[in-house]
Amino acid sequence: MELVAVFTPFIAFLVVGLFGRSIGDRGAQFITCAGVILAALASVVLFDEVILKHQAYTTLLAPWVVAGNFSVNWALRIDQLSVVMMCVINIVSACVHVYSIGYMSHDPAKRRFMAYLSLFTFAMLMLVSADNLLQLFFGWEGVGLASYLLIGFWNHKPSANAAAIKAFVVNRVGDFGLALGTMGVFLLFGTIGFDAIFEQAPTYKDAYFTILGHDFHALTVICLLLFMGAVGKSAQLGLHTWLPDAMEGPTPVSALIHAATMVTAGVFLVARFSPVFEYAPTALMVVTVFGGLTAFVAATIGMTQFDIKRVIAYSTMSQLGYMFFALGVSAYGAAMFHLVTHAFFKALLFLGAGSVIHAMSDEQDMRNMGGIFKKIPTTYALMWIGSLALAGIPPFAGYFSKDIVLEAAWADHSWFGNMAFWLGIAAAFMTAFYTWRMLLMTFHGTPRASKKVMDHVHESPPVMLVPLAVLALGAVFAGWGLHSGFVGSAHHGGVEEHGVEAVHHEMSEDHASGERGVGGHDTGDQSVTKQIAQNIEVIEHGIKAAENQIIVEAEEASYEVEAWAKENFWQKALYVLPENDTVEQAHSAPFWVKKLPLLMGVLGIALAYIAYMLLPALPGAVTRVFRPIHTLLFNKWFFDELYDALFVKPLLDMGTIFAEKGDRGTVDRFGPDGGAALSQKIARGLSRFQSGYVYQYAFTMMIALIGIVSWFVFRNGQGF
Amino acid sequence: MTDIYTVITDFNLVPLIPEIFMALFAMGLLIVGVSQGNRSTSVICWASVAGLAITALLIMGLDWQHKIILNGMFVFDEFAGFMKLLVLLGLMASLALSVRYLAQEGIERFEYPVLVVMSGVGMMMMLSANNMLTLYVGLELQSLALYVLAAFHRNAVRSAEAGLKYFVLGALSSGMLLFGISLLYGFTGSIDFGAIGASLLAADSISFGPIFALVFIVAGLAFKISAVPFHMWTPDVYQGAPESVTALFAIVPKVAAMGLLMRLLFEPFAAMADQWGQIIYFLSLASMLVGAFGGIAQLSIKRLIAYSSIGNMGYALIGIVAGTPQGAGAVIVYLLIYMIMTAGVFAVILSMRRNGAAVEWIGDLAGLSKSNPVMAYAMAILLFSMAGIPPMAGFFGKILVFQAAVAEGYYVLSVLGVVSSVVAAYYYLRVIKVMFFDEAADPFDGRTPFARRAVLLISTAFVLAFILKPSLIVESAQSAALSLFFG
Repeated sequence: MELVAVFTPFIAFLVVGLFGRSIGDRGAQFITCAGVILAALASVVLFDEVILKHQAYTTLLAPWVVAGNFSVNWALRIDQLSVVMMCVINIVSACVHVYSIGYMSHDPAKRRFMAYLSLFTFAMLMLVSADNLLQLFFGWEGVGLASYLLIGFWNHKPSANAAAIKAFVVNRVGDFGLALGTMGVFLLFGTIGFDAIFEQAPTYKDAYFTILGHDFHALTVICLLLFMGAVGKSAQLGLHTWLPDAMEGPTPVSALIHAATMVTAGVFLVARFSPVFEYAPTALMVVTVFGGLTAFVAATIGMTQFDIKRVIAYSTMSQLGYMFFALGVSAYGAAMFHLVTHAFFKALLFLGAGSVIHAMSDEQDMRNMGGIFKKIPTTYALMWIGSLALAGIPPFAGYFSKDIVLEAAWADHSWFGNMAFWLGIAAAFMTAFYTWRMLLMTFHGTPRASKKVMDHVHESPPVMLVPLAVLALGAVFAGWGLHSGFVGSAHHGGVEEHGVEAVHHEMSEDHASGERGVGGHDTGDQSVTKQIAQNIEVIEHGIKAAENQIIVEAEEASYEVEAWAKENFWQKALYVLPENDTVEQAHSAPFWVKKLPLLMGVLGIALAYIAYMLLPALPGAVTRVFRPIHTLLFNKWFFDELYDALFVKPLLDMGTIFAEKGDRGTVDRFGPDGGAALSQKIARGLSRFQSGYVYQYAFTMMIALIGIVSWFVFRNGQGF
Repeated sequence: MTDIYTVITDFNLVPLIPEIFMALFAMGLLIVGVSQGNRSTSVICWASVAGLAITALLIMGLDWQHKIILNGMFVFDEFAGFMKLLVLLGLMASLALSVRYLAQEGIERFEYPVLVVMSGVGMMMMLSANNMLTLYVGLELQSLALYVLAAFHRNAVRSAEAGLKYFVLGALSSGMLLFGISLLYGFTGSIDFGAIGASLLAADSISFGPIFALVFIVAGLAFKISAVPFHMWTPDVYQGAPESVTALFAIVPKVAAMGLLMRLLFEPFAAMADQWGQIIYFLSLASMLVGAFGGIAQLSIKRLIAYSSIGNMGYALIGIVAGTPQGAGAVIVYLLIYMIMTAGVFAVILSMRRNGAAVEWIGDLAGLSKSNPVMAYAMAILLFSMAGIPPMAGFFGKILVFQAAVAEGYYVLSVLGVVSSVVAAYYYLRVIKVMFFDEAADPFDGRTPFARRAVLLISTAFVLAFILKPSLIVESAQSAALSLFFG
């Protein structure tokens, strides 16, 4: 089963990549989609086997490298963590594959695109099912390659090529850390197999590396190096600059690689290494700080961007920050939970944005959109679901996962935990704000696009909408469906209490805000108001339905609380020291901690509504008043400019100097070029010598003869 | 005559049977040709191929033990047998390549195959020479036939010019050779290899007399293998002679002359290894460098091959410089591989015809990869092999001679050899570049005849397959080489 789940995308890639020409576009689309859907079904079966029936195992495929005491196998490690990842990857990938049939219908290189998508899926599956660091590295680089190929898929666009190169190069920095971390692991543990590392980790908790005469805590060094890899791949602050640019790729790519799966590889890596990170508190602190700052900074930038995909990209970065600070406070289950829910609603948002872009004739700038909700109602509704989930409104998926992440941060009671908590709260507010800013600018208000574009606006075909609907199901149900399993406690009755109470609370909140919206809307567009009111009704229905279900589920859960609690769910895949179990403590967090994120979300939505529907002049005025801050945010905190000045330009200058003075001026001039010129000269001389006259030839022979004889006379110097 | 060797006093002609058969066969063909006229040329050609094949079978049927017959005039040993098979193989290949070409050029005269076989008899005699007389007679029989062949396209000025040039310069080289032989006779009192060797061994120190003789004899033979600086005729004759004759020149006589040189240096002149080592060192180095640099400026593929053959003889000579059985074995392997590669290349060159006329410029090959991909790829493989790029056979030929030289401490020669092979790679690669990347010229005429395709594919297959079991050839060559040293 695990072979099907991992290798069918690879087979599809091989078939389409090698024989694409003969099987045609339709065949390529069918084979790749069928491959990934099959893999998705297989991973669901695995979910049942491994997680519900508690049977984790490892499949040995073949020995790979055996050199001295270093030996590595190709193996599939099928445990709870990898199965969760495989489910996410395969399901989202299947949706994206199918969606791409519609989205790329006008592209001439469909086969190449589908083949790359399948290659990516395979590499990602190898990454998560790795049983040692080398195989993980293989998958890690494989997804990097696929990402590079797909960002630069439209290789006729210089900007796409630049973005692809940027993504590759920036990721190299992180990969360097991962490679060093792998070597460090081998140095310390003498092996890079996961089982052996995790078993030995406690015994090395007081080991030190001596580097340049200083002692460094060995596990901390290793964890920080591995985290460096994660920072690159998951676009955390410092190595994040490639992610927004990666939006140059086709939108399905952004959804699959740059939102749902590849960028979460870093989260997976840290979670996988939880047995090691647990013994490196300093490393955990660094992870928390990075995560908190990323969540905050990305959210601030997201508020000022105009490109619809960039807004979602910064939001992705911000949500990844949440996952990382959850990891940092040892709430690995919470991080994985947010990873799963985020995969669904962010892929939904991206694909929805793709649908909008498709409808708007490839327009991505939100300043040129607006007023199209009536023309593409299905997309509009689905975007609402994604947005509600992102903003953390119950009962949508994001609410559950974001709450537990923030509560865990608070429950850590450390300075960095608190910092991350408050940064996360601020980010939650901003998230809601920029999400609704995006929704309102895109769908409401007066149309700002040209008449030609507006006339052409059309709903996407079913082949694009069905995958969206599948993801929407995930965005709605993944939260409370998986809540108890991922982060639920066997000791607290927190499940029922938390879920139901929250729903009640939310209902009144949302109702209030909705009424506020309707009441204060005499001058606004009637239809907009009505639409929003309808949406609120939909939400209310959803809430009621969810409430009932949660109650039912909670009752069931009380019977099987053992099976669905996090300890039973994760088994040995995640490891938390008892004193670090923040998820456990999060369940007993005070009321205000539990409600604050939701309040922030609602306030953010309200502010966005005021700023973009009621007082359209407000954003401009705020921008003018806070011009320096806005400039800073709009230019993404000047990271790109800073890196250009610090690294890119000096390196380019250095390269230019070496190329011109060193290579062309010295090596080439005296080496290849000089040698070639000299050879030509010799050759010309020789052919001039070859005059064609017999007497000259005969003369040469005689001279040569005399020369050789003379050599013996003078050199050997014997007398006659 | 001498009692150092156990002279076989009885009149044993058995080791001579192949040569006798070949000579009679050639004369028989001549009679057939005279009676049937030029119509029978292609029949006679194929008959000659068959005759050469029978000769080869006869050689294989002989006892390859070392024996000397006819009062020391003629020697047959493993080395002679192996080299004769090489020569016969080369003759067959060049004849097979010629048949259609003669018809296409309108020089379909029955003397052609007869002359080829006759020169073959001369080469066989050279390889079995154990006496300066046998050596000279064999050499001249070979050369005279080749002079005529060079001028075979007698209505074409360039062919006549080539024949004349070759003849005049060849006569000069024969003069040198004869002068050297007479000097040697004067100092050692014998023209028998065994006696000369014994006399030189017995001398306390080598005086200038034998050294002079050595220089002149080596110069005469260096002309035959076109070693620099006795190479000047090569490009002109290669270009002027009909293509099929050029193929013959490039493939066969050099093998025979190289074999003769090896026997001469390793047997009678063994005592003067110090001296001839210096000469061959110089010839080898000069040939490699001139072969590499001279080829760069060439536009004609025939002149290119001329320089390539000059360079290749330089590499082969490295093995002789080493002076060991290992080196001699390497030379044999090198010659074998070189011969097969060259035959394949000529199968392509002979097919370079446009509008009924032969074309010879490298630029004419442009676009061959489109018009005739099989031929283009085969040619590319052969040229890669000539440039010495692994895993093709040419690489092994080079590495064996370099290994032999390095084992004897000839580092400078080996390094310069590698450097010159890098330079030479340029002109091989240029041809490949023209075939694959240049704007396509018009395709060549018609279908490639079967014989040419066969030669091309067999040589390509050999070049590619050599790596699978190199020991097959290397070991038998080594054992043949050993027979030179320990008789």
